[in-house]
Amino acid sequence: MAADAMIRKNVSGLPSPDLTPTATALNKPLSECKVAICTTAGLRSAGDIKLWMDSSFTVLPNEARDLQLSHFSPNFDRAGLTADLNTAYPADRLNELVDAGVIGSVATNNLSFMGAQMDATFSAIIQDTGPAAAQILIDDGVDVVIFTPV
Amino acid sequence: MSVLAHVFEQAGLATVGISLVRGQAEAAKPPRMLNVDFPLGRPLGKPNDAEFQTSVLMAMFGLLERTDVPVLEDFPESIEDQTGEAPDSCPLPPRHNPELHAAIDEAQGLRNAYDRNLEATGGRTLVGRIAGVDGIAGLIEQFIEIENGSSLADIGWDPMTTIAVGQDVRAYYEEAGLQLADNTGARQLETWFYHQTETGQLIRRVRDLMKEREEDGTAVTYLAPMTQG
Repeated sequence: MAADAMIRKNVSGLPSPDLTPTATALNKPLSECKVAICTTAGLRSAGDIKLWMDSSFTVLPNEARDLQLSHFSPNFDRAGLTADLNTAYPADRLNELVDAGVIGSVATNNLSFMGAQMDATFSAIIQDTGPAAAQILIDDGVDVVIFTPV
Repeated sequence: MSVLAHVFEQAGLATVGISLVRGQAEAAKPPRMLNVDFPLGRPLGKPNDAEFQTSVLMAMFGLLERTDVPVLEDFPESIEDQTGEAPDSCPLPPRHNPELHAAIDEAQGLRNAYDRNLEATGGRTLVGRIAGVDGIAGLIEQFIEIENGSSLADIGWDPMTTIAVGQDVRAYYEEAGLQLADNTGARQLETWFYHQTETGQLIRRVRDLMKEREEDGTAVTYLAPMTQG
C-alpha cells in the first residue's frame, strides 16, 4: 500500500461533529466575486514560524509569498510546497484568474489555520476562531472562500 | 477544515474545499468538496504546473452553483506518492573534513545547494523554527548527543522542541535537495533524506532510541514521518 493510502486509511475514521450542511448560494456571477483562500497548511508569515498546535488562525496578506510552514505533522510531502507555494496555496493562480476574468478579485487577506489539530476542540472552532475568521472575510467583502489542506 | 466550511457557510460565505481524504469528507459532510486523489501535501496536484493547478481550481469553482449540499465530487485524475523512490539523481557531497561527524560534514557540504534554492525562491525558506540555517549543524550535533546516550532532558529539549528541530533539519536538506534532484515526485526527497543521507538516518536511529528509552511518545511519533520506517 502506498504511504498516503496507509495514512488515509488511518485517519478516515476520525470523529467529526454532526453538523447539518447549509449552502450559501452565490447572488452574483463568479466573475464579479471576491475570492479568499483559507488554508489549513499551517502557513504563517515570514519570521512568525513556530510549531503550531491550536485552533488559532493567522492573516496572510494576499501579496505575501515568503510564507513559512508551521504545521506540526511530518506526515505529508513538503517538497512540493517548498518548490512551489501554489501547490497548497494558489494565490498566484487566483491572480491569474482575475486577469482572465474568471473571478472578480482576490481578498485583501487570506487566512491560515493549522490542520489535523492535536490541542484544538471542535467547540473552539465553531464558537470562537471560526466565526472570527469568517467576519474578517465578510468585512473585506469576500463572497467565496476556497479551502486548501495538506 | 470541514468544520470551518460549515461555520463559514452559516456566516454567509460560499465555500468550496479540496479534500485529500475522502473518508473524512464523507464523515464531516462539508457543504462542497472536490476530492482529489493526490499526494498528501499537494492539494493542487503538481508543483510548478500552473495549467494543472488552474484545472483543479476550475473544478472547484464548478461546484459553487450547487446548493444540494453536501456535495462531494472526485477530480478525474489521480497522482500517487512515490515513497520509497529516492530521486533518480540527487548527489550527496563527498566527505570533506573527516574529523567531523559524517552528518555534520554532509550538512556543511550541502550549504551551497541550500543557498541556491534560497535564491531561486526569492528568499523563502522553511528553516527557522528553532534555528536559522547557520544553526543547523548545531542541531545535528544535539541529535548525535542523543545517539551517544543523552536524554532529551539532558540537552534541554522538550517534546515540541524535538519535533521542531527535526523539521528544521529536514527543511534544510529538502531545500538543498531541490537544487540537486532531477525530479521531485511526492515523498521522493523525503525518502532521500531519511534513507540516503547521514543526517536523515541519524534522526531515524534517534527516534528508535527514544522509543527504546521510553522518551515522550509525542516526540517519538512526530520526529519523522510514520511512512519512513
